Amino acid sequence: MSTQRVGKAEGPVEFRTPLKRARGLGSAKSGTGHFWWQRVTAVALVPLVAWFIGTMVSLVGADLATVQAAIARPWNAIVFALFVVALFWHAKLGMQVVIEDYVHTRWLEITLQLVVIFLCAFAALASLYAIARIALLA
Amino acid sequence: MSHHQRPLSPYMLGQAYRFQLTSVMSFLHRISGIFLSIGALGLAWWLMAVAQGGDAYATVAECLASPLGMIALAGLSLSLVYHLLNGIRHLLWDAGHGMEIPEVYRSGYVVAALTVVLTAVIWFFAMRGGA
Repeated sequence: MSTQRVGKAEGPVEFRTPLKRARGLGSAKSGTGHFWWQRVTAVALVPLVAWFIGTMVSLVGADLATVQAAIARPWNAIVFALFVVALFWHAKLGMQVVIEDYVHTRWLEITLQLVVIFLCAFAALASLYAIARIALLA
Repeated sequence: MSHHQRPLSPYMLGQAYRFQLTSVMSFLHRISGIFLSIGALGLAWWLMAVAQGGDAYATVAECLASPLGMIALAGLSLSLVYHLLNGIRHLLWDAGHGMEIPEVYRSGYVVAALTVVLTAVIWFFAMRGGA
């Protein structure tokens, strides 16, 4: 067995086998996860986006009370909530791939990935809160 | 080593590599996706403003009605329709349909034409409703 060292040349001797070190890393258990959920959210978004466009067009020029009443309708509120969850999930998955493909400076890549995850989570939560507030209070 | 002078995607497009409908549409799918992701943050902002009402909603409504807001909405609606239609094209490929080169070009032209038509239809109804 070759004497590999953990980290730098002066680091402690590595006793684990290459297989042991590889296990649990990489895509061994989640390889198709990203691909699959990108497609699941895409399929969900096809009718949801069509519904969203129709709803937005119908609300052009409407006053605040009309907009609130439209979102507050029970099925509209549910569908809108589904839409924002699928939307921000899909956006996170898509932006992740774009960053992986084009940003090759490691610290910048990690930073951008964190920004995307935090922004998508924050915006999704804010949207759900707003929809619930409109539906329950408006 | 000449290794470092190799043209890399996507910067090779239009320089070392000829533009094609397929590559340009693939690129536009990503560009529109990035644009829509930013627009989605705007949607969250709009929803919060609708929930808050009052000055918050007035500010958002004013921003959207401004020339810059209208340009953003035009770009976002075009991106949304394109990403939706080209996304359906991608889903059909995933299901194993239309993967021969002539079919790929045909579906590409269909998506491009439908994007323009559908976006125009959306704006026609939006303007009629808003007027």
